[in-house]
Amino acid sequence: MSELIKHSAAQLADKLAGGEVSAVEVTQAHLDRIAAVDTDVHAFLHVNTDEALAVAADVDSRRARGEQLHRLAGVPIAVKDLIVTIGQPTTAGSKILEGWHSPYDATVVKKLRAAGMPILGKTNLDEFAMGSSTEHSAFGPTRNPWDLDRIPGGSGGGSAAAVAAFEAPLALGTDTGGSIRQPGAVTGTVGVKPTYGGVSRYGAIALASSLDQIGPVSRTVLDSALLHEVIGGHDPFDSTSLTDPSTGLVEAALTGNVQGMRIGVVKELGGEGYQAGVEARFHESLELLRAAGAEIVEVSCPSFNYALGAYYLIMPSEASSNLAKFDGVRYGLRVLPEDGPMTIERVMGATRAAGFGDEAKRRIILGTYALSAGYYDAYYGSAQKVRTLIQRDFDAAFAQADVLISPTAPTTAFRLGEKLDDPLAMYLNDVATIPANLAGVPGLSLPSGLADEDGLPAGVQLLAPARQDARLYRVGAVLEAMLEESWGGPILAKAPALERVDTVEGK
Amino acid sequence: MMSMDATLSFDEAMEKFDPVLGFEVHVELNTKSKMFSSAPNVFGDEPNTNVNEVDLGLPGVLPVVNKTAVESSIKIGLALNCKIAETCRFARKNYFYPDTPKNFQTSQYDEPIAYDGYLDVELEDGTVFRVEIERAHMEEDAGKLTHMGGATGRIQGADFSLVDYNRAGVPLVEIVTKPIEGAGARAPELAKAYVAAIREIVKNLGVSDARMERGNVRCDANVSLRPYGQEKFGTRSETKNVNSLRAVEHAVRHEIQRHAAVLASGESIVQETRHWHEDTRTTTAGRPKSDADDYRYFPEPDLVPLVPSRDWVESLRSQLPEPPSERRKRLKEAWGYTDLEFRDVVNAGVMDEIEETIAAGASAAVARKWWMGEIARRAKLADVDPVDLGVSPATVVELDRLISSGKINDKLAREVLDGVLAGEGTPAEVVDKRGLAVVSDDGALQAAVDAALAAQPDVAEKIRGGKVQAVGAIVGGVMKVTKGQADAARVRELILQTLGVEG
Amino acid sequence: MAAINRDDVAHLARLAHIEMSDQELDRMAGELAVIVDSIKSVSEVASADVPATSHPIPLNNVLREDVVGHVFTAEQALSGAPDAEDGRFRVPAILEEES
Repeated sequence: MSELIKHSAAQLADKLAGGEVSAVEVTQAHLDRIAAVDTDVHAFLHVNTDEALAVAADVDSRRARGEQLHRLAGVPIAVKDLIVTIGQPTTAGSKILEGWHSPYDATVVKKLRAAGMPILGKTNLDEFAMGSSTEHSAFGPTRNPWDLDRIPGGSGGGSAAAVAAFEAPLALGTDTGGSIRQPGAVTGTVGVKPTYGGVSRYGAIALASSLDQIGPVSRTVLDSALLHEVIGGHDPFDSTSLTDPSTGLVEAALTGNVQGMRIGVVKELGGEGYQAGVEARFHESLELLRAAGAEIVEVSCPSFNYALGAYYLIMPSEASSNLAKFDGVRYGLRVLPEDGPMTIERVMGATRAAGFGDEAKRRIILGTYALSAGYYDAYYGSAQKVRTLIQRDFDAAFAQADVLISPTAPTTAFRLGEKLDDPLAMYLNDVATIPANLAGVPGLSLPSGLADEDGLPAGVQLLAPARQDARLYRVGAVLEAMLEESWGGPILAKAPALERVDTVEGK
Repeated sequence: MMSMDATLSFDEAMEKFDPVLGFEVHVELNTKSKMFSSAPNVFGDEPNTNVNEVDLGLPGVLPVVNKTAVESSIKIGLALNCKIAETCRFARKNYFYPDTPKNFQTSQYDEPIAYDGYLDVELEDGTVFRVEIERAHMEEDAGKLTHMGGATGRIQGADFSLVDYNRAGVPLVEIVTKPIEGAGARAPELAKAYVAAIREIVKNLGVSDARMERGNVRCDANVSLRPYGQEKFGTRSETKNVNSLRAVEHAVRHEIQRHAAVLASGESIVQETRHWHEDTRTTTAGRPKSDADDYRYFPEPDLVPLVPSRDWVESLRSQLPEPPSERRKRLKEAWGYTDLEFRDVVNAGVMDEIEETIAAGASAAVARKWWMGEIARRAKLADVDPVDLGVSPATVVELDRLISSGKINDKLAREVLDGVLAGEGTPAEVVDKRGLAVVSDDGALQAAVDAALAAQPDVAEKIRGGKVQAVGAIVGGVMKVTKGQADAARVRELILQTLGVEG
Repeated sequence: MAAINRDDVAHLARLAHIEMSDQELDRMAGELAVIVDSIKSVSEVASADVPATSHPIPLNNVLREDVVGHVFTAEQALSGAPDAEDGRFRVPAILEEES
C-alpha cells in the first residue's frame, strides 16, 4: 500500500506542487487502495477510474507546461452519490434512480473540475439521505473501517468511511440533520456543515430544502478548510445561496490560537442518553481548550429539547414534496402494475412502491400527514415556530460565547442491524446535530478520541453564528493539534489495518 | 356516449334564479425566458427543445425568479387597481400529474403579489359594471399533454399520452375575481366583456401576446345560482377549456341554464370541474372535487421572499401605458367616428386592427370600411370573430392601394381577398396569379369600346344627341366583355371621347 | 390530536402515490403512531405569538434578469426517459382530468 494514501490533502498538494509526485501517481494510489479494501468497506457505489486518471494526467501536463493551477489540483476526491455528476451514475442510494445518468453537473462538481481535482467515484449513503447509519442504502450498507460489523454513521457513511479508510483524502457530503458530522464522529474523521447558503445546493438532490447543505469531509481540519473554499460561494442558480465569499477559512485554520475566545457548553446537548466514553472525551477537549487560553462558559438553549420533534416534522414535509418528482415519467425506474388498468396513476404508485425503501416511504407518509389539510398548523406550522425559538436560543447563546461546543453524537458506532427495527432510536443519533440545521448556523465535527468502553471514535462538535464559519476552523484546528499531540499522532493511526498485506502502521 | 344535460331556457332560468359568477383568468407572460429557469419562452417549437434540467424537474434542480415576470405581474396588479404586497412568498401546490414535472407547482398561496383591486367593465350598450378583483398571483405553467389512441383526442378512451415540457415553467399570472353578484341576465355578456377587458389590458401593457387561441389568456368560469333574495351562494361548478371570448359567453349561459334545470327539478348541483365543448355548446362532467385536492401548500423553501420596495412599485406605475379606456377616447376623437360607429368597432373586437391598418397607411374611414364591412361580413358567415378571419392590416392597406391606384376595383378586390384568404399570397400576388388586374391598356379598352358602340348604335346616337346618362349601357357592355376588369371611369371617358362628346 | 390509524395511512399513501399492501399499511400505521406521538409536543411550545420561520437565513429579492440561458436538445431531455415517442415522453393512459 502506497504511503501517499496516508497523506492529508494539504500534504499531497504540497508534494504535487513541488513536483515530488505526479497527480496520476496520487490518483492511482487511491484507486489501488479502493480496489484493495472497498469489497470490505463498501464506501463506493461507483469508481470513476478512467475519468479520474484522465483528469490527473491532464493536471500533470498542464503543470509541466508551467500553467498556474489551483492549490488542490491533482488531489483526488470522492463525491456522495446524492450530488449529480455528468459521466457517472447518480443513484441517491435508491433503486428508483438505479442506472440514471445526470445530463448536468452540480455547481460544486463544476468547481471541483475547474480546480482539477480527479473524482474517484460516488460514495454510498442512506437512500435520499434519510438515515443515520447508511443501512438504508438500497445497495447494501457501508461498514465502519474501525470495525466492519459496525455502522459508519449516516446518511453520508460512504464519504466518511472512504476518507477514514484512506480510499480518498477528501470527500463531499451533504448534511440535513447531521449527515456529515455524525459519520465524522463515529469514523474518526472531520466533517463540516457550512452556514446555510454558504455552499450551492444546485445539483444536490434535495431532501429538506431549508435544511440541506453540501460540505467537506476530510481527515484534518485544514483539509476541510481548503475544500470548503473550493466549493463555497454564491451561485446564481441557487436562490438561497449567500453572496458572502467563502474565504479566510484556511487562514482561520492556520491562526493557531484561541486566546480569549469564549466557548459555550450547551447544557441541553449532553448528559442523559450520552455514552460515558463520549462524554469523557468531550470533557477532555474542554480542558485542552481551557489550557489553551479559552474561556469555557455554560449556556442553556431550552428549545433544543424540541429540535428533534421540529426536525422530524419539517424534514419529512419538505422531503415528501421533494421526492414527488420520482414517478417513472421522465427518468429513473418505471414499474408497471401487475394487473388491473394500466394508468399512469397506477404506474406512479407501483414505481414508487418498488423504488423507495421503507425509511423513505415512512418519511414521505409522515411528511404528507404533517402538511395535510387540518394538520398543517399543529405540525408543520408549529415546527416552523420552534425553528424561530431555536434561532433565538442560538442568538442568545452567541451573545455569551463565540462558539458553542457539544459532543457530536450521543454514542459511538453501533452494530449493523442494532437500531433498524426502532426508527425512533435511530433518530436520536441526530439530537445534537439537528439544531444547527434548523437555525442555519455552521457546525464542524472533529475526532475527540476513542471511548474507553469500546475503543471506538467519538466526535466533538463546534457551532458558530451564521456566516462565521471561520471560527469553526480556528478553534477546530487548535483543538485538533492539541488532541493529536496527546495521542502521539492522528487518531486514524490507531485504526485497525484493513488490507491483509499490511503490517500495523506506525505514526 | 355523451348524454346531454337538461337545461331550462335562459329566460326561465333568470326568472327563477340569481346568477353569481367568478373567474380565474390565467395570463401567459411574454417574457423571453421562463418563470424559474432561463429556458426560452417560445410558442410552437419542436417538443422538448425549450427545456433544461430545471423545467424537467430533474433531481437536484432549483428555481430562480425571473425579474421581468415580477415586474409584469406588478404592472398587471396596478392596472387592476390592486394593492401590491409589501412582502410575499412563493408556495408549493402539491399534486401529481404528468404535465407537472416536479409534481408540485411553484405558485403563490396566501401571499399573492397583488390583491383587492377592481376593473370597470364596459358592456356593449355603454353600461359600466365594476368587477372586484380578489388577487393576482404568479405561478408557472405546466407542460402539454397529447392524448393518443382514443377516438376523440380527449383524455377519455385514450390509450396513452405524450408529454411535451416546452410550456412547463412559462410564467403565468392568475387573476381571481371576488364573487360577481348582480349581473342578472347580463351575466353571459358581462363574462365575455370581462375576459375581453383583461385581454385588452395585458396586451396594452405589453406583458402578454394575449392570444386566446394560443392559450395566452385562459379562462375558468365559475357559475352558481341562488333564489332571488338569498344571501348564501349556491353550489358552484367550474368550467374549463373556455378558449375564446364567444366560448366564455356561451359557457356561462349554458351553465346558468343547466344549473337552473337541476335546481328547478329539486336536485342539487354537484361541485365539480366541467369541460366546455364549443362544437356542441355544452359542458360535460369532469372530476368531482374530492379530498384528493388537498394541495398541502407550504412556503417554497427554495425561493426567498419578494419584498417589492414602494419606490420600485411607483416606478413601475409611472411606466404604465395609457389605460385602454383612455386610449379608446383618444382614438375615437382621432379617427372621427361617431359614438355608435366606435362602439361597433370595439364590440367587433377590431379596434387594434384598425389602429394598425391606419398606422400602415390607410385612412380611418377606409380602415373602418374594410374591417366593419367586407371582413365583418365574411367573419359572420364563417362563424368566427373578425380578428380570427385571417386578414392582416397590411392586407387591407394593400387592397386599398390597389383600388385607389386603379389597378383593381371594389368588385375585383373581393375576389383578391378570396385568394389571400385561400393562402395564395399577398393581394398583389393574387392579382397577378389570377389575372385580376383592371384592364388599363387603352388599346384593348378602345377596341372593346368600339365593339360595344358598334353593338348598340342606337344608344351611341342617344349619347351623341346629348343624353350622356345613356353611356351607362355602353359601359355595361364593355364591362361584360372585360369580365369586370375594366376601370369604369376610364371606359366612360373613352366612350365619350370616341363619340366626341363632353361628359 | 387523534392517533394516526390505518385508514389515515391509506389516504396518505394515495395522496403520495405509493401503492401499499394491507400489511404495509398496518405496519406503517404502527410505526408512525409512535413517531407522531413523540413529536406532537412541538405544538405545546409553538404559541400564537411566535412567528414561523420558513427560511433560516434572511434573504430577499433574489431575481434573475430575463435572459435566455442554456437549453437541452430533445435528445438530452429524453435521455433518461423510461418511454418516449416522437420527441415526447410517453405515459400510459391518464385516468383523471387535470385539476
